[in-house]
Amino acid sequence: MSDAPTAQAVAPSAALQAVPRSGWHVATVAATHRETPNATRIELDVPGWPGNAAGQHLDVRLTAPDGYQATRSYSIASSGSSTRVVLAVDKLPDGEVSPYLVDDVRDGDMLEVHGPLGAFFVWAPAAETGDRRPVQLIAGGSGVVPLYAMAHAHAGADDPTPFRLLYSVRTPDDVYFDDELGTLADSAAPLRLDFVYTRRTPDGWATAPGRITREALEAAVFPASERPRVFVCGSTGFVERVADWLVMLGHDPRSIRTERYGGT
Amino acid sequence: MEHVDGNVLAGPLAEFFSFDVTMATGRCVGCGTVAELARAMVYRSGAGTVVRCSTCDNVLATLVEADDRAWIGLRGVTAIEVRRTPTGG
Repeated sequence: MSDAPTAQAVAPSAALQAVPRSGWHVATVAATHRETPNATRIELDVPGWPGNAAGQHLDVRLTAPDGYQATRSYSIASSGSSTRVVLAVDKLPDGEVSPYLVDDVRDGDMLEVHGPLGAFFVWAPAAETGDRRPVQLIAGGSGVVPLYAMAHAHAGADDPTPFRLLYSVRTPDDVYFDDELGTLADSAAPLRLDFVYTRRTPDGWATAPGRITREALEAAVFPASERPRVFVCGSTGFVERVADWLVMLGHDPRSIRTERYGGT
Repeated sequence: MEHVDGNVLAGPLAEFFSFDVTMATGRCVGCGTVAELARAMVYRSGAGTVVRCSTCDNVLATLVEADDRAWIGLRGVTAIEVRRTPTGG
């Protein structure tokens, strides 16, 4: 991808420094609520959780009565030092883990979680990293979860870094953190929201529903001349399409960080 | 199954390394590209995990996990660079 051994002069060491050691923990489900028709928000109490940076993930391990184990990674919607950890899980029709988490998990249930994990797809306030370039977040579907964590941390820190979130989502009913995103956009930390609806738009929306285009991407994101840092999260197809377009639009590949969750 | 990327290796590789290795950079034997592990392509199946260079598709590493042990091969990586932190992180 690039000959440079690291992406930025400042961010990597700061990110590593901010990331606590990972470990296995027993989490208790403290609350659940339906996030969208296909997703559930799950709040976990995790004694011993060392806190996490915005954008990190954890692995959930389920063990069947016969000992069969399945482990899956989920992005964390919360950040900071709290031992209350928030997930928002999308149900995959053929999934081994997500149907249980979305439809069956109840308050008081216990889960094994490993984390916090990942030092690459994280954001920390400019006051910690010294990095004052604008930040462009680009989400496809449930890929918004780690990006929401970054926008939330940005607002929580009153961080002056200009943020934009471009969010591609099927319908208005499928928007994660709908109310919360509106609140973040109104907070002092600068955040602009742009939506692309792929199946159904709100009434009176100017654009017909459809997949994001290179033109729509170009119109919404910070131009390459502003040297934004870009975080893209979504399905593999979405992430690779968007990342390729960003490079064509002149963005530095080293400033683009991606996280793919696979399938559609 | 569609591939994902090296971010997903943070958990499995925590068994081998005492730090988060996804931010470490490796040099590909195939094309010489130096990139963070998080940028690699990852193909997972019941048999194991194959990690490929995002530039040339060369196999960088393979990972096999069983109940009682885990095994990693690094046949496609010539060097790994880890960023030290001022406080020793």
